[in-house]
Formats: sequence, C-alpha cells, structure tokens
Amino acid sequence: MKPFTTLEAVACPLPLTNVDTDQLIAARFMKRSRADGYGGYLLYDMRFDESGAPRADCVLNDPARQGAEILVARRNFGSGSSREAAVYALVDYGFSCVIAPSFGDIFASNAVNNGLLPAIVTEPDCEALLAELMQGARTAKVDLEALTVEAGGVAVPFSIDPVWRTKLLNGWDDIDLTKSHAAAISAHMAADHAARPWMLPQRRPG
Amino acid sequence: MPAPRIAGLYSREFGVAPQGASSGRTLFDKVFDSHVVVRGDDGQCLLAIDRHFLHEGSFHAFNKLKERDAEVSRPDLTFGIEDHYVPTRTRDLSTIDPAVRSMIEQLRDNSARHSLRLFDLADPGQGIVHVVGPEQGLTLPGLMVVCGDSHTATHGAFGALAFGIGASEVAHVLITQTLWQKKPKRMRITVDGTLAPGVSAKDMALSIIARIGADGASGHAIEYAGSAVRGLSMEGRLTLCNLSIEAGGRCGMVAPDGTTIDYLRDRPYAPQGALFDRATRDWLALNTDADAVFDREVVLDAGEIAPVVTWGTSPEDAAPITGSAPDPATIADPARAAQVRDALDYMDIRPGQNLTDIRIDRVFIGSCTNSRIEDIRAAAAILAGRKSRVPGLVSPGSMQVKRQAEQEGLDHIFRDAGLEWVDAGCSMCVGMNGDLVPPGERCASTTNRNFRGRQGPGSRTHLMSPAMVAAAAVTGHLTDMRLLMREPAQAEAEARP
Ligand code: SF4
Repeated sequence: MKPFTTLEAVACPLPLTNVDTDQLIAARFMKRSRADGYGGYLLYDMRFDESGAPRADCVLNDPARQGAEILVARRNFGSGSSREAAVYALVDYGFSCVIAPSFGDIFASNAVNNGLLPAIVTEPDCEALLAELMQGARTAKVDLEALTVEAGGVAVPFSIDPVWRTKLLNGWDDIDLTKSHAAAISAHMAADHAARPWMLPQRRPG
Repeated sequence: MPAPRIAGLYSREFGVAPQGASSGRTLFDKVFDSHVVVRGDDGQCLLAIDRHFLHEGSFHAFNKLKERDAEVSRPDLTFGIEDHYVPTRTRDLSTIDPAVRSMIEQLRDNSARHSLRLFDLADPGQGIVHVVGPEQGLTLPGLMVVCGDSHTATHGAFGALAFGIGASEVAHVLITQTLWQKKPKRMRITVDGTLAPGVSAKDMALSIIARIGADGASGHAIEYAGSAVRGLSMEGRLTLCNLSIEAGGRCGMVAPDGTTIDYLRDRPYAPQGALFDRATRDWLALNTDADAVFDREVVLDAGEIAPVVTWGTSPEDAAPITGSAPDPATIADPARAAQVRDALDYMDIRPGQNLTDIRIDRVFIGSCTNSRIEDIRAAAAILAGRKSRVPGLVSPGSMQVKRQAEQEGLDHIFRDAGLEWVDAGCSMCVGMNGDLVPPGERCASTTNRNFRGRQGPGSRTHLMSPAMVAAAAVTGHLTDMRLLMREPAQAEAEARP
C-alpha cells in the first residue's frame, strides 16, 4: 500500500448526512470484478439520472471538482453495509481522503486497509470546511503528520486512531505483520482447546 | 453528536462513567480478553476467531488469497452459506441471470477448493447466514464470530462477540484465523419493564436507534440488559442484536441465561452430552460483574415503547405509529433540518403527515432481522383470515424455518391472503437476487435498512415489525397493528388450514 503523508488536491463538498455504503456503491454493481474498476459506480444514483445522463446538480459532476481526491461530508459517512466495495468505489474514482464528523466503524477500517484516510473533524469545523468549499475554495490540504486540514481561509485539526495513522503513514499490510506472530497464534489455540473443548463445531451423523 | 430526534420521552441517560474506578469486567471484556493472542503497545489486539461465516460477497477476499497463493488456515471453523444472491422462486440455477449465478458459483468453487462446509441451495439447512448460524448451533456463547456482513452483530444474542468485517479483513481471517482490533468503548442499554402486547423486539430496537441516533453507538460494544431484554425469546434477542449496527454499534450482546441454554440444546453443531453440561457451566459464567463500569449507559422503559415505523431514509428516522412525520421548518439545527427535508422529499411524505395516512404499494416479510419462526407466526396471526390489499413476498429466513412454518400451516395464511410464499435468502432486503421493489414504490418491510434505493433503485422503504407489516398489508396503509390484534385462541383457530 502507498504511504499517505500529505495531500494537496481538489476537494469536493458533499453536505449530506448518513451517506451510507448502499449509496456509495449500489448492490447491483457489486457483482463486478475489482479489476474492472468501481470508480464509475461511485454514488451512481446521485450522479446519474434514470437514463444514465449526468445530473447537473451533483457536485461530483461539477467541472471545477474534476480530479477531486478529498471529499468532505456530514456525519455518519459510510454507515451501513460492510461492503468494502464502497471503499473501492471511492479509491478507484480517485479519492484518497474523506473528511467527516463521524464514520461507520466498518467503513473506516475498510478505508484504512485500502489506504483511504478517514479524517474526523468536529461538526462546527466540518461546517466551516463545507462553507469554504461551497463558497469557491477548490482545493484542500491534508497533513497526516500534523493532523490538520486546510481549505480556503480555514485550518482545522482532525483526528484518527493512532494505530491507523501509523498504518497509513507507513503503508503497512496487516497480514505480513500477523504472520510474524504465528507461534503465539498456535500456542493460544492449543491452550484454548484445553480450556474450551466445546468450542469446536460438532458434526453429528446424518 | 446532535440531539436525539424523537422519542427522547422514554429514556434517560447517565453521563460517562470514570475509567478505572472499578475492577469489575463486563460480559464484553470477558469474551474479548479471552481471545487476545497478542496485545500491542498501541492498544491493538490480535484476536483469535472461533467462527467465520462466508457468503457470496467473499469473492474479493478469495481473490486476495489467490494473489498470495495462500490457504485457509482453519477450514473447520469456516462455513460458507449461499444467501445474498440466491433465487427465492426457484432453486434451479440454470434459469436465473448468469451474472447472479456466477456469484453463487464462485462461492461454490472457493468452498470446494478450500474444503469448506457449504450450506448450498440443495442443503436442508440453507438460509440467511445470521439465521442459519444460530439455528445450526454453530453460534455459541463466548465465541468470537466474524462475517463479511455488518449484521453479524446478530449472533451476539447468545453472548458471543460477533461483528461484521470488510473484504480485506475476511482475507486476513481466512489466512490467519485472527484479526487485529482495538478494544471499543462499552455501552449498556437497559430496557426494564414489560413490553405491551403486540410490541416486539423490533420496536424496542427502532426506539433505541431513534433515541441515540444511527451513529449513537459508534465506537462502542453494546450490551443489552434489563428485565424486558431478559424476557425476550432467542428470536427476539437476535432481532435486537441484529439492529445494533443500525445504531452504529459494531456488536451487541445479551448475557447467556436459561433461554439461551434451552435454545442450544440438541442443535446440530452444538456440543452434546457431558460436553454440553460442561459448556453450560462456562456459558452461565459469562455475565457482567456487578461492579463493572460502562463508558455509557442508556435506559429505556419498555412500557412506553409503542409499535414503531420509519418515515425517512435512515433507521434513526423512526417514530411511534401514533405519531407524525417531522416538519423541517420546526427543526433548529440546519443540518438536521436539511436531512429531514431530503428524506421526506425522497419518501414523498408531507411534513407533519400522520404516519397512518401513508399508503403502501407492497410488503416484504423476511431478512436476517425478522424471518425466524416467531416473526412468521406474528405476521400470520394478523393476516389469518384476512386479505392483503397489496402484493408482497414472504421469505422465511431458512429452509428449516420454512418447513416448520409449513408444518404449522402458516404458508396457507400468507397464500390465502394473496402474498407469495417463497424460499429462503436475503431476497428483497437487498435485492441482489432480483427481488426488487420497483422504482417509486413504497414497501412496508421487516428488514433493517430504509436507505435510498436499498430495495431497488428509487424504492421507498418503511421499516417495522412483522405484525406491523401484516397490518399494513391488510389495510393498504401504515397501521397500528394493535387495532387488528385478536385473542390468541381466536387467531389460532382462524390460523388452522
Ligand atoms: S438479509 Fe439483508 S441485512 Fe441480512 S444478511 Fe442478507 S442482505 Fe444483509
């Protein structure tokens, strides 16, 4: 995974609450292979009308926001389904950072596992960032070392779990780290089998 | 967090408890701590996983295994279940959409390649993962259970620690049978008192979500406690824990008790004989110490909970059926007012409209939230001898539930009412198999998410209990099911085929 340190990029304001993962990627697109890319299906029903034509009122279709890598939304972003495809859609579209006052827990960990930064700001700070962007600021600057985000004339702090921050800063992958603990895993499982012999699924005849 | 939306009436809330003031441990702590393999300095814990359930959506994770040329670490603890994409009107895959079929076939191929037990369409135990796990005795108290599905919290009804994970984490568990997690905060939701007749676990759960918000339990592990929770059957507890994620909680738990033990006895995959007795002793010790302290406590009075419906596009947009939709003009917080305005607009509901004035086009009874035998019985009790004014689908949560309902003659009640009685699967909860609510139509649904387009592009969903869906079917609009309740004996007599 590519390390994340700082990012200065076009930012897109999405002043909506509860943008759930069903909206981020509708179920009907989830049969596709990741290799084909999910970016075209991000927020599909918000971006396109019934005939598939881009909706002019959708900020993602605003010519000034093309190439956006930072998304700013209201609270409870990424709530709902655990579908990691919601993160694939954001990442494949080009986003590297989502800023909101709160995130769905599973979404946030999926995001970190794909190098997408879920940055938590307070609700007033979020409103201030949204206001700057909607009043014409085009870009934002996110600094994961300093835990700050700036847009237009506003600079605010953000928070993220320190473990996730370290993971993103280094671009680490969990599986390799876990494998280095193989001996501890086997020891735990052996001790557990003695302590909880009933844990294993019983298979009954028939 | 913004202030609670409605129904602040029947709850009170304590402040945050001081950390470290007590040595007692919660049920959650006990299960979590016993699964820690490695504790990192940074607070991350490597946890041992006892059960891993997979469904068709696991193909991304299996592709990651392929990339690494990796094997499944513990096939004996890993179970595949066909549910999200399965057809419900036929079990013949040759007749269905090839793209949907390929999702099911990928799970079959991956299960076969890694020698995993798969509950496929031919299996008498097939059904929705969160119905099948408990029903087969795969889910047990004290287990660490994961699945690439956010409603995995359901299994917490047994006092298991169960939570949903994403595809990267599914791959991690497949390869290592462990997962890195940070210990969340603890929240206790206590519901004391007695639920009024006809008021169900679904109403309790929606009332909680309306109270604390769709992200109210975010970052928290929930324990449900109190006399009203203890009074719930296993089916009711499963419904309650199922909806933890709709309050933002990654898991929800109920301490094991006699109801739990009775349910588990003689389940196919549960321990038996002396091992069951040994397990029972361990299970009953899984409870919260009297001096344990929670980070947050919420208390509700069961007696004040009425049948609840949702009017908006988030489960927090819920209100007692006797109420009305909110009016954004009277909401001071501009973000919340905008959210309510958007939701009412999408749902095509007037500000302040009486909820019982909302007409429906369709009903759905099913999903991991409300498709167990008690749910089917509750809906049938209302529909017995009556007709549905709208079309609708009844999809039992598993083929075992379906067989049991048929033995009780309940399928006749639904068919006679004009509803379709189909096979088990996720079906219209998510529409992946093609069971969709058409654009613009309004569905009274026993499911868990009223998100925009959840049941199909342009669909409008009202969440409620099975009895409330049945009542809406009978009248064609949202209805207080208490008006249609009958004496149990009468309903039973009518229910006989
Ligand atoms: S029934 Fe619905 S919520 Fe439950 S597992 Fe299936 S799709 Fe998910």
